[in-house]
Amino acid sequence: MVKTFGSFLLFLQSMVSRGERFKTLWARTIDEAILIGVDSVFIVSLVSAFIGAVTCVQISYNLINPLIPKATIGYMVREMTILELAPTITSIVLAGKVGSSIAGGLGTMRITEQIDALEVMGINSSSYLVLPRILASLLMFPLLVILAMGLSIMGGYIAGTLSGSISAQEYIEGIREDFIPYNILFALIKSLVFAFLISAISSFKGFNTRGGALEVGAASTGAVTNSIIAILIADFVLAAVLL
Amino acid sequence: MIEIHNIQKSFDGNAVLKGINCTFETGKCNLLLGGSGTGKSVLLQCIVGLMKPDLGSITFDGTVFTNNKVNIRQEIRRKIGMLFQGSALFDSMTVYENTEFPLKMLTPEMTKEERRDRVEFCLKRVGLENAGNKMPSEISGGMKKRVGIARAIAPNCTYLFCDEPNSGLDPLTSLKIDELIHEITHEYNITTAIITHDMNSVVEIGDHIIFLHKGMKLWDGDKDTILNAEVPELKEFIFSSSLVRAAKRVDDEGGLQDVLDDDPVQAK
Repeated sequence: MVKTFGSFLLFLQSMVSRGERFKTLWARTIDEAILIGVDSVFIVSLVSAFIGAVTCVQISYNLINPLIPKATIGYMVREMTILELAPTITSIVLAGKVGSSIAGGLGTMRITEQIDALEVMGINSSSYLVLPRILASLLMFPLLVILAMGLSIMGGYIAGTLSGSISAQEYIEGIREDFIPYNILFALIKSLVFAFLISAISSFKGFNTRGGALEVGAASTGAVTNSIIAILIADFVLAAVLL
Repeated sequence: MIEIHNIQKSFDGNAVLKGINCTFETGKCNLLLGGSGTGKSVLLQCIVGLMKPDLGSITFDGTVFTNNKVNIRQEIRRKIGMLFQGSALFDSMTVYENTEFPLKMLTPEMTKEERRDRVEFCLKRVGLENAGNKMPSEISGGMKKRVGIARAIAPNCTYLFCDEPNSGLDPLTSLKIDELIHEITHEYNITTAIITHDMNSVVEIGDHIIFLHKGMKLWDGDKDTILNAEVPELKEFIFSSSLVRAAKRVDDEGGLQDVLDDDPVQAK
């Protein structure tokens, strides 16, 4: 475990010790941002809209006390979405989609000697292949989380008004109640930390794949599992430290 | 010229290379010959820097490669072209982009037009001038090897390494790939090292042959002297080749000259 962590730190160091030219790095980062960010918009939108809808319906189901104003449903949807659901659930979804894609892609490149080919050419393979993926994740995850926040609250609105649990006016009143801007900052900090953990862990797993197709599959699975564990631990630590 | 001095390498106490000393000569096809598990690939990986030897040194034209400063190693590596066993083409790039890749990365001073001219020249040199737009998944194994060669020679490499260039190819395509490597070696006067256990390659392009057995160099010479070598392990290796045994059988029956006269490759 300690040895693996040490190897992970050395792996991160190797990315920046002999970096590629800025122009190359930028072009690669944009390519990866499209793969990681733009291609994930659909799944993130779908998951976050439904989570918002389900949250709204379930809160209204549990909130039966007539003394509690209905606007509380909107307030709770907003708080849950911003503080936890949007950054964490989105990151767990992305750990599955992006993490497995990164680990599988790098693992395949490793076993088909494409990474060796880069090294023989004198190119720092970790800088060329991994650094752009991490930078693209850091760039795209916060944007995806902002999208998830908006769609989740929108999903709650649609579900709440269509099911008759809450009126549109009450929901919007709840959404605007006691808003703390710091919570948005907290969610974005979380998304950055999760972005780094998912991309770095998945890259490490994929980059160090040895063997054949079976090991590439194992690396993908390991990347997703380890990323999710890291997300949950970091979620707790960040909540304890920053809130 | 590449000089290898006392290279040793072990894995978990199991010695794979036991003090290899040899020289790869400039302008020649230097063949690393030996059976499976004799350490050929490990030696090649040590030479190109993908693996660090436990002991010994490797010198490229007088410059020490092993344990030298990173920038000197990088400088040498940029003169190396390598054809991998599975070709190792980047599957997200076309044939053209694969060939252009080392130029883009290693020679930023080249203009787009200069790069295009060079890529077109290299693809034409390996007979793939019309395949530039194809993806690696759309071309045959032999064509992939050709693209690998084009990519290796694109940045004007001084040293060319080929890891079993004939693996997975039919005999005729193997012969064409061998001839291509041989021609390129002599045309550009580069130092070529080829890992093989194919006796066809040995008799076709073996300008300098190094025979490895159980991590040791047992013999070196050329294609004209290998059949007369007095090394039992090498003799056993040569005569385990089906082709050699078939030729011997035909010769014993007195028909070898007739077979050779009918050789369509030679006739062509």
